[in-house]
Amino acid sequence: MTTALFVALQTGLLDTLLAPMYGFLEFWYWLLTQLYYVTGLELISPQYKFMHRAILVGLCIGVMAPLIGTFLVHRQLALIGDALAHTAFAGVAVGLFLNGVLSLGVSPYLTAVVVAVIAALLIELISEATDAYNDVSMAIVLSTGFALGTVLISLNAGGLAVGINQYLFGNLSTVSAENAAILLVLFAIIVGTVALTRNQLLYVTFDETAAAVSGLSVTWYNRVMVMLTALVVVGAMQIMGVILVAAMLVVPVAGAAQVSRSFNESLLVSVVLAQLAVLLGIGVSYYGEATAGGVIVLVAVGIYVVTIFVGKLQARVREDTAPELGSIDAGDTPGSD
Amino acid sequence: MSTMTTARDPTEEQAESKLDDAVVELSNVEFGYTASPVVEDISLRIDSGEYVAVVGPNGSGKSTLMKLMLGLLRPDEGTAAIFGEPSHVFDDGARIGYVAQHASASKEMPITVREVVRMGRFPHVGFGRLSAEDNRIVDDALETVGMTAFANRRVTKLSGGQRQRAFIARALASEADLLVLDEPTVGVDAESVEAFYDLLASLNESGITILLIEHDLSAVTEHADRVVCLNREIYFDGPTEEFVESDALARAFGTAATFVGTKR
Repeated sequence: MTTALFVALQTGLLDTLLAPMYGFLEFWYWLLTQLYYVTGLELISPQYKFMHRAILVGLCIGVMAPLIGTFLVHRQLALIGDALAHTAFAGVAVGLFLNGVLSLGVSPYLTAVVVAVIAALLIELISEATDAYNDVSMAIVLSTGFALGTVLISLNAGGLAVGINQYLFGNLSTVSAENAAILLVLFAIIVGTVALTRNQLLYVTFDETAAAVSGLSVTWYNRVMVMLTALVVVGAMQIMGVILVAAMLVVPVAGAAQVSRSFNESLLVSVVLAQLAVLLGIGVSYYGEATAGGVIVLVAVGIYVVTIFVGKLQARVREDTAPELGSIDAGDTPGSD
Repeated sequence: MSTMTTARDPTEEQAESKLDDAVVELSNVEFGYTASPVVEDISLRIDSGEYVAVVGPNGSGKSTLMKLMLGLLRPDEGTAAIFGEPSHVFDDGARIGYVAQHASASKEMPITVREVVRMGRFPHVGFGRLSAEDNRIVDDALETVGMTAFANRRVTKLSGGQRQRAFIARALASEADLLVLDEPTVGVDAESVEAFYDLLASLNESGITILLIEHDLSAVTEHADRVVCLNREIYFDGPTEEFVESDALARAFGTAATFVGTKR
């Protein structure tokens, strides 16, 4: 059964889905090559197509991670990304295992998507049954995922242990064209869903009870949210690695919350901060020959520290101007016409 | 005078319209979070245009009753209906405005007063964007609660009273037929509380049904038309004047409670 599923994933359906993405990739190579001729940056030299892909993946991560992270952080769900990343690792292990045993040749990122989404739904169902997201169930899911991953890998130890670092810590140079195309599909799903349901997700995030009264199915939006989180985590894993991927969901969002007044502003600022971290991080790690994931997170945390000071400064400037509170006007009610 | 003879029997007409107009209807409702019920044997109906207050001591099941009415909880026994539909399946959120006791909302989220009030329009637009008309309604609601100057302030940086005004504005912006308020004036300064109840009265006059969950008995006896006194079961349900004269209060709250002494 599952074999049939993976064969299907690996052939026709997947190829048609990814075809336009390969087209976009070609365009992206061309664009960065032009940019190279203008700027002469060695980083984007046409010789290093993998860097072109890595930058594209980084830019996508810089949009989708804070986008989803904003909705998670403000519900005190910052840890769910971490839990899902570790189950995604189990998914990677399943993919490698199947490839090893059945020689399927399916991308481990695809099995990671499947496993992480299932785990996301599981966490959500547990929380529905117990009426709370609790850190205990999250910790259990996290360690189960990681344990399952290590066991599957050790079972098949032969050639597998070699390639595991790229999943744990991420790697710029191993972003294949196929994986970049998969990421573009995930990116489209995530951004599309958030664009469509922004209001609903905002309402549920800010005030769950009022959202329920206003007729929204809080349960369903929560399920959508955790599934999107699973997709982001798997997408971002290629560069960030399992262990650090959750940082991109949390750190830029926490920074944006320091300096923003409105929700829209905080979304925008968190994306800008994340892009800054990703691009600086990729650049530094390229020239300094360090692991990209780690550098990106360090840069993001550095930016976060700066935003704390900026936020304090803003508060001091704004405090001077307290507006006049108007009176409650009983005569002119909106419903009275 | 002559119209009276040609008109239909007023009691009959009333009875008929009442059947259509039940905004909330509970029959024999029982609910408990654990084995022991928090509310039991609750039957009541609220008709369109009424101004009803639910009072009771702390832990008497007031908020639970409200959640049952709104379909946030499902009764263990009996049925709960809102606008003629079972509460838990009713999803026309545009008809209900809701103001919570200490807004249940996120405490640190960056969001402005205007963005909160705009949420009141969300049930009207579905997956669409807010129109110019929606934004005008939002502005009016802000104006009505005197928060226009605070529209672009971060909600988390406001005082309790100011924040509560923002949530009241959100309920106003929803242009609902039924306004449900769970201890809405907790943390609001005394002067604004008075103005706030005047606002509720004028909303009620314009035909909006008001359901107020209140701990402050003096506010209830001054403003509501009908009182439901609750402590696990209904001790009293009727016009406010009768409630003041009855001994329901003493029975529900214990002997210590009086109308003047309980204001907080």
